[in-house]
Amino acid sequence: MNVPSDLRYTRTHEWARLDGGVLTVGITDFAQHQLSDLTYVELPKVGDEVGAGDEVAVVESVKAASDIYAPCGGVITEVNAALPDRPDLINRDPYGEGWIFKVRPASADEFDALIEPDEYEELLPGSEG
Amino acid sequence: MKQTPLHDAHRQLGARMAPFGGWDMPIQYEGILQEHEDTRRRATVFDTCHMGEFALSGPGAQADLERLLTQSVATIPAGRCRYGFLLRDDGGVLDDLTCYRFGPDRFMLVVNAGTLDRDREWIRSHLSSGTRFADTSEATAKLDVQGPLSRQAMEKAFQTPMPDLPYFGFAETPLAGVPCLVSRTGYTGEWGYELYFPADRAREFWDRLLAVGVKPAGLGARDTLRLEMGYPLYGHELTEDRTPAGASRGKYIDLTKDFIGGAAVAREIEGGTTALLAGLRLESRRAARAHDRVMKDGRAVGEVTSGSLAPSLGVAVALAYVAAPLAEVGTALAVESRGNLLPAAVTALPFYTEGTARRKTGA
Repeated sequence: MNVPSDLRYTRTHEWARLDGGVLTVGITDFAQHQLSDLTYVELPKVGDEVGAGDEVAVVESVKAASDIYAPCGGVITEVNAALPDRPDLINRDPYGEGWIFKVRPASADEFDALIEPDEYEELLPGSEG
Repeated sequence: MKQTPLHDAHRQLGARMAPFGGWDMPIQYEGILQEHEDTRRRATVFDTCHMGEFALSGPGAQADLERLLTQSVATIPAGRCRYGFLLRDDGGVLDDLTCYRFGPDRFMLVVNAGTLDRDREWIRSHLSSGTRFADTSEATAKLDVQGPLSRQAMEKAFQTPMPDLPYFGFAETPLAGVPCLVSRTGYTGEWGYELYFPADRAREFWDRLLAVGVKPAGLGARDTLRLEMGYPLYGHELTEDRTPAGASRGKYIDLTKDFIGGAAVAREIEGGTTALLAGLRLESRRAARAHDRVMKDGRAVGEVTSGSLAPSLGVAVALAYVAAPLAEVGTALAVESRGNLLPAAVTALPFYTEGTARRKTGA
């Protein structure tokens, strides 16, 4: 599983990238692989105020629905408007075109509190088959 | 957990495996959506070795089956098969199954994996003394080749012309020198075959099909394909808790004959079936799921039994038991799913109307 070294992670398999004081958030390669083909994405609204750990988005696969949690508290500044028509972008490019939303953290410390890549990798089950 | 003779083949292909009916089965290989589309447009092969086969023979076999099954057995011609239900005395559905007729006194039943043991005991306990019964499930491999290009694929894989068969017709034909039962049936709505043959040849048949470009498809695609056709899945639409009257709306049930559970089914139909299985078309790709409540004007009026995106339609669909007066096509309902109220309209089945299953030739 691909776990880029320049990102931070959550125990619920979101990733976050800090850029200009804003966090871009998506789900990890592990998460998209577990969910398999995504068929539906519900996005948060720009301007929504969210708390760390809030359910802010939903992704569905053929088989199941799964909540996406805010990695930190703050205000939603942007959402990936391509996803409702192309949920498969998350499967194809989870760390790039498959980003889900951007959030401006309430405090700068919130990014540092997220999980480091090597620690996230340890949370993952051993590689399948 | 039980493994089919193709378990190693699935592992080698990197299939995602999961338990189904007591078996470790492939859910997907490359992906459910791709496998679904490959089946609708080309041809795919499904490992269905987990399903059960029973052989029945003897002068009393027809009468025994007539008493056990909801469909008319006497009117099945040799070389044809017919779908129907196995019921308890109270009409509860023990299984849905297909009855094959080889001749006046020889039959095969094809049953679901999860219900096989119970079916076998139930059937054996209701046979007359002269009827021979054998559970041939272990010795029998089953592969489903499904899709409009199935015939071409089979002829290329086995280097022999396939017999001309009507829908729900079958023939005993050697393939690669092996005695094989070729049935023009399936669970996808597409033109195709169900193949029954000796279990020790499963890998050879599988490899022959993959070698000519037939893609493997897993139970994930099998489920979305059957859902688009409105076909019931035992354990979801059909259970011991209901008679088949609401799911079948009288089809596959011959009330002119005497069969186990028949009185209960007749009573329910005469009294007006209270809940009917209905097709629901949602408004977006967001899916309703099994056990979600169906709502009308704030009132619960039913329950979803299966739901997902219909990949061929680009919109979510569901099967649901709905209070009979609201089960008419066009009725506006809603499904309560994970805290959301999703608008849904009762729709005629099948949801997907382009299936090739009944065409003279697939392609």
